[in-house]
Amino acid sequence: MNARLFSPGRFLAVVAKEFVQMRRDRLTFAMMIGIPLLQVVLFGYAINTDPRRLPTAVLSADNSEFSRSVVSAMQTSTYFKITRQIGSRDEARRLLQGGEVQFVVTIPENFGRDLMRGERPEILLEADATDPVATAGSTAGFKEIVNRALARELKGVLGDLASGQDPVDVRVHSEYNPEAVSQYNIVPGLMGVVLTMTLVMITALAITRERERGTMEHLLSTPVTPLEVTLGKIIPYIVVGYVQMLLIVCAARFLFDVPIQGSVVLVFVLASVFIAANLSVGVTFSTVARNQLQAVQVSVFFFLPSLLLSGFMFPFRGMPQWAQCVGSLLPLTHFLRLVRGIVLKGNGLAESLSHVWPMVLFWLVVVAVGLKRYKRTLD
Amino acid sequence: MPGNDLVIDVRGLTKSFGRKTVVRDLDMQVRRGEIFGFLGPNGSGKTTSIRMLCGLLRPDSGAGLCLGYDIIAQSERIKPHVGYMTQRFSLYEDLTVLENLRFAARLYGLKSPEADVQGALERYGLTPFSRHLAGNLSGGWKQRLSLAECTLHRPRLLLLDEPTAGVDPGARRDFWDQVHGLAAEGVTALISTHYMDEAERCHRLAYIAYGDVLASGTAQDLVSGSGLFTWSVSAARPDADLHGLGEALKREPGVDQVVIFGNALHVSGLDESGLEAAVAAHRTEAFVWTRTGPGLEEAFINLMRGARLE
Ligand SMILES: Nc1ncnc2c1ncn2[C@@H]1O[C@H](COP(=O)(O)OP(=O)(O)OP(=O)(O)O)[C@@H](O)[C@H]1O
Ligand SMILES: [Mg+2]
Repeated sequence: MNARLFSPGRFLAVVAKEFVQMRRDRLTFAMMIGIPLLQVVLFGYAINTDPRRLPTAVLSADNSEFSRSVVSAMQTSTYFKITRQIGSRDEARRLLQGGEVQFVVTIPENFGRDLMRGERPEILLEADATDPVATAGSTAGFKEIVNRALARELKGVLGDLASGQDPVDVRVHSEYNPEAVSQYNIVPGLMGVVLTMTLVMITALAITRERERGTMEHLLSTPVTPLEVTLGKIIPYIVVGYVQMLLIVCAARFLFDVPIQGSVVLVFVLASVFIAANLSVGVTFSTVARNQLQAVQVSVFFFLPSLLLSGFMFPFRGMPQWAQCVGSLLPLTHFLRLVRGIVLKGNGLAESLSHVWPMVLFWLVVVAVGLKRYKRTLD
Repeated sequence: MPGNDLVIDVRGLTKSFGRKTVVRDLDMQVRRGEIFGFLGPNGSGKTTSIRMLCGLLRPDSGAGLCLGYDIIAQSERIKPHVGYMTQRFSLYEDLTVLENLRFAARLYGLKSPEADVQGALERYGLTPFSRHLAGNLSGGWKQRLSLAECTLHRPRLLLLDEPTAGVDPGARRDFWDQVHGLAAEGVTALISTHYMDEAERCHRLAYIAYGDVLASGTAQDLVSGSGLFTWSVSAARPDADLHGLGEALKREPGVDQVVIFGNALHVSGLDESGLEAAVAAHRTEAFVWTRTGPGLEEAFINLMRGARLE
C-alpha cells in the first residue's frame, strides 16, 4: 500500500497511544470490564438461580403417613416451604392468584388407601408460572421428590408396589405462562448486548473526544492519515470486545452452568463480523456527533432498538411485523441467533453462515455511509 | 521545490462559514527565514487563515503554494514539513510529556526518535517534567511542550497560533530567542499574537480585521504608514490630574486616541493641526508635554477603527 496513505509505523503509534490512554482512563476501563460483569450477574441471577424455599400451600384431604411423608420430603428438598394448610379449592385459587404462594399441592381423599391398593392416586402441583424461571427448578424436581419419599415409605411394607410403575400419578400444572422460555437463551444473548453497548459507544466517544479536546486539529496537521487514526483507535476496542466475550463465556460456563454445545472458538471467529459492524457504527456516529454527550445520545439511540427488537428482550416471533422488519436489519438480531445456535444447539459453521451475511451487509452499508461522511479537514 | 524564496505564497484566499465570510481575499507572501507576525482583533480570521495554510480547512476560493506545494491539492506533502502549534493546547493531557513527544516522533517517522526527543526535552527545559502528565503542567509549560513538539521533526515552516498567550515574560523571551534561532537556521515562522512587543520582534507583519488584510510590512512601515501624530504627556506635579486631562482630551475634535501608559498619556490624531490646537488648549505647567512618534498599538487601533467605519 502507498506509504503516504498507510504507514504501519504511524498506525502502531496510534494503537500504542490509545492503549496508554485507555489504561489511564480508569473509569472507562472499569466500565468496560464492569458492564459485562454487572449484566451477567443481574441477568444471570434471574436465570439460573434456582430459587429455593418458595411459599407453598398444602390442600390435603388425606391424613395417612404417606401424605405426611410427601409433605415433609418437599420441605427437606428445600425447593418448597410449606407456609399453610388449606381446606378448599377456592382458597387455593385465591392464594395463587394473589401471589401469596407460588405453589399449591393437592393430595386427594383416601390417598394413602388408594396407594396401598395400587390404584395410583393422583397428586397435583399447581405452579404460578408467571415467572417461569422461578418455578422451573421446583416443578422439574417435584416428581422425583414425591417418588423418592414414597419409595422409602413403601419399601419393606409393600415392596412390590414400589417397584416397576410409579406408585402415584404426579401432575404438574403451570398456570399463567405454560410454555416457559428457556432461560439459557439469556446468557449467550448477553454477549451480543454487551458488545453492542460498549463497542458502539466507546468508539464513538474515543473519536469524538479527540475532536472535542482539540487534539484532532493537531493530529490532522501531522502526516498521519484518517485511515491510520481510525484503525488505530479501533484496534484496542476490538481487544476489549474479545475480553468482554471471554468474561461472559466464562460466567456462562462456570457461574451459571449453561451447557455449551458448540465450539466457543467458532463463536469468537464469527463474532469478528459482528464486532466490525458495531465498530463501523461507532465510527460513523462519531462523524455525526459534535461532542461526547451527543456521541452517547446517538449510541443509545442505536442501542435501544437493538436491545428491544433483536429478540433479546422479547421473543422475535411474538413481535409485530414492522418490529420484525426493523429487527432483521440489526446486526444484534443475527448475532443472537448465531450465538444461540452454536452454544445451545451445537451448530457448526455451515448452519451459522446464514446469520453471518446479513451482518456483513449491514457492515458494508455503514462503512459506505461513514466513508462518505468522513472528513479529512476540520470543516 | 521551485527555485523561489517564498515559503508561503497565497492569493485571494476566501473562507466562509455559513453566510459569514471569515477570511476575504487574503494575499500573503512570506520569505524563507522570515518571522512573520499575524495580528488582528479577536475573531478576525487569523486561526482560520492558518488552518487553510496547513490543509486543515479548504478555502472556498483562492489558491497558493506553501513550501512550493499547492495548498489544496498537495496538502499531504506539506504536512511533514510544517509544525503547527494550535491556539488551544492540543496535545494529550492524559499522556506524559515524554509520551507526547514520542508519539509525535513516531507520527513523523523520525530516524532517531529517542535522541530527538531527548534533545527537545533539554532544549526546552522539559527534562524535569518528562514523566508528568501534560494536563498537569502549568499554562506556560504547556506552551513550551507544544513548541517542543511542533519543532521536533525540524519543520521548514512553523505556524504558531498565539504561542505565548499566558506565558510569563522570561519564558516569552526564551521563546522568542528560540524562534529567532530557528529562523537563523532557515526556518520560516508565521506567528499570530496580540502582544505589541512581540509584533515588534517580527521581521514583517500583517494586520487583518473582519476578514480583510488592512496593512502589512515591517513594524516601521506600519507605524509611519498610519499617518498618526502623537504627544506624550506626563504629570509635572504630584497633584496633577492625568486621568481628568485624558478625559478632556478625548472630547477634543482633533484627538483620535488617548492611551494611558502608567504615568504617561499618549495623545494621537490623524490631523496634525487639529491635534496641535487641542494640545495648545490644554497645555498647562502641571504636565510635561513632549512630541513622540506613534507606537504600533496606536497604529493598529487606528487601522481597526478605519475598518469599522467602512
Ligand atoms: N468551524 C467554524 N464554524 C463556524 N464559524 C467559525 C468556525 N471557525 C471559526 N469561525 C468563526 O470565524 C471567525 C474567525 O475565527 P478565527 O478563530 O479565525 O479568529 P481569530 O482571528 O483566530 O480570533 P482570536 O484572536 O480570538 O483567536 C469567528 O467569528 C469564528 O466564530
Ligand atoms: Mg485564533
